Amino acid sequence: MMKLSLDEVKYVAQLARIEFSDEELEKFRTQLDAIIGYIEKMNELDTENVKPTSHVVDVNNVLREDEVGNSLPREEVLKNAPCSENGFFKVPKIIE
Amino acid sequence: MDLYRKTIWQLRELLDRGEIKPEEVLDSVLRRIEEVNGKINGYITVLEDYAKNQIEKGLPEGPLSGVPIAVKDNICIKDQLTTCASKILYNFRPPYNADVTERLLNAGAVICGKTNLDEFAMGSSTENSYFGPTRNPWNVECAPGGSSGGSAAVVSADACIAALGSDTGGSIRQPASFCGMVGMKPTYGAVSRYGLVAFASSLDQIGPMTKDVRDCAMLLNVISGYDRRDSTSLKFDRPDYTKALTGEIKGIRVGIPSEYFGEGLNQEVADAVKKGIEYLSSSGAEIIDISLPHTDYAVSCYYILATAEASSNLARYDGVKYGYRTEKSSNLIDMYFKTRGEGFGAEVKRRIMLGTYALSSGYYDAYYAKAQKVRTLIKEDFDKAFEKVDVIVTPTSPTTAFKIGEKADDPLQMYLSDIFTISVNLGGLPAISIPCGFDSKSLPIGFQIISKHFDESTLLRCAYFLEEKFAVKDKKPPL
Repeated sequence: MMKLSLDEVKYVAQLARIEFSDEELEKFRTQLDAIIGYIEKMNELDTENVKPTSHVVDVNNVLREDEVGNSLPREEVLKNAPCSENGFFKVPKIIE
Repeated sequence: MDLYRKTIWQLRELLDRGEIKPEEVLDSVLRRIEEVNGKINGYITVLEDYAKNQIEKGLPEGPLSGVPIAVKDNICIKDQLTTCASKILYNFRPPYNADVTERLLNAGAVICGKTNLDEFAMGSSTENSYFGPTRNPWNVECAPGGSSGGSAAVVSADACIAALGSDTGGSIRQPASFCGMVGMKPTYGAVSRYGLVAFASSLDQIGPMTKDVRDCAMLLNVISGYDRRDSTSLKFDRPDYTKALTGEIKGIRVGIPSEYFGEGLNQEVADAVKKGIEYLSSSGAEIIDISLPHTDYAVSCYYILATAEASSNLARYDGVKYGYRTEKSSNLIDMYFKTRGEGFGAEVKRRIMLGTYALSSGYYDAYYAKAQKVRTLIKEDFDKAFEKVDVIVTPTSPTTAFKIGEKADDPLQMYLSDIFTISVNLGGLPAISIPCGFDSKSLPIGFQIISKHFDESTLLRCAYFLEEKFAVKDKKPPL
């Protein structure tokens, strides 16, 4: 039985900021449904009193002094930008 | 002299005695790449000029001085293309080196190219690459495994001397197994992830992919160690790993987990692995039956945690700071949706969707929180086992290499091909795959050895011993 509805898939796509064709959405619905069905196997386990893993090796918080260091030169960083102007990243208009 | 056929340690001796020059080694490897790369598509970028330039500038003295090494294309090299096999990063040139890149260069390595992978290291076959699939040198109809399939294929085909890969759920060991070479995933935190393009940060680890176990130890000596730029990097006393290669295994306690030898395991793979266990037993190792009872839940747990972390890590690809940007957008929000829709391939989208779903409100506890608890149970299985044993041995993969396209439309089947490697990443443990024989179709079979956190030495000791016994490392693919 299909548990994942097309509306749910569309909603998740909105959250993930990805545009899909209708055909892709339908295909993903079937595939994600099968994968999620498999994953629900985890529910067989009683984890009531189990602590969640936060880190696999025993380490404490890693802290360091808040010191000013070198940063990458602006022109180096902007070299990879699809669009830039006057030392800034340029994006399409936000305000109508 | 076919220098490209040599291992790191063989070249080291010849270079140190002055019998050959770094230029000759590089030339030999570049000619070999030209000869075979059209057949296997193992490289996305061959760094011919970059490599020649390194030699011209003068190589630092070091354990890798003059040795050509290939690097998986999700590891940053300053100003050189780092694509992650994705359209969304097709033109990205990082403004800095990864920690492992710096370590390779400081050790004198000649970095000769960037190898193909499943897009953003997501996959088990190296079919999900924007630059086309890599082919298995042992049979070009077959997949080389993934996601470090490019690195595995070029090492196996002698199109480099050794390579680096990355392993999130088996991405070094499974392709090493399919391509008949040595691949190791070090302890989580032993090798810096600074400059490795993130997929699932709590699982990713860079590791060596080599022609034999000695090379693996030598490469691990170079790339491991603390790095302040990676907050998960750990301070530990790093031994000289080559010292572990004694050929002696007497008294080592070897655990055999019953869950890894059941249904679904190919008979030829099972037979080859059992032969290895007999070698260990007859040479004085103690064989102990153990149980890792939560093994069955590892794939489920992994695909929630890995995709959740991936959905978060891949949020940065929005067409603003680097990489591909759609040409069709009308406003900023539309640009994000179209850039990501056009820039990511199907498997990456599938995983971002799964991860976003698992983290979304209403499902977080049922999936993500649950998986973090299951991860604890899987890790505790190993903790208990390692009270009784020093290493655990298993097959690396339930089968040998499958055909390209065979599992392309069935993601769940594809995910299950990593069933024997995934638990190791969830536990943050070190593990190695070495070739242990061939099936009736002449495809390589992989043998996996797992050890405790930071006990790579015992792992390498066993691997080196078995490599001698299996005596298959000098067999070459028919290319």
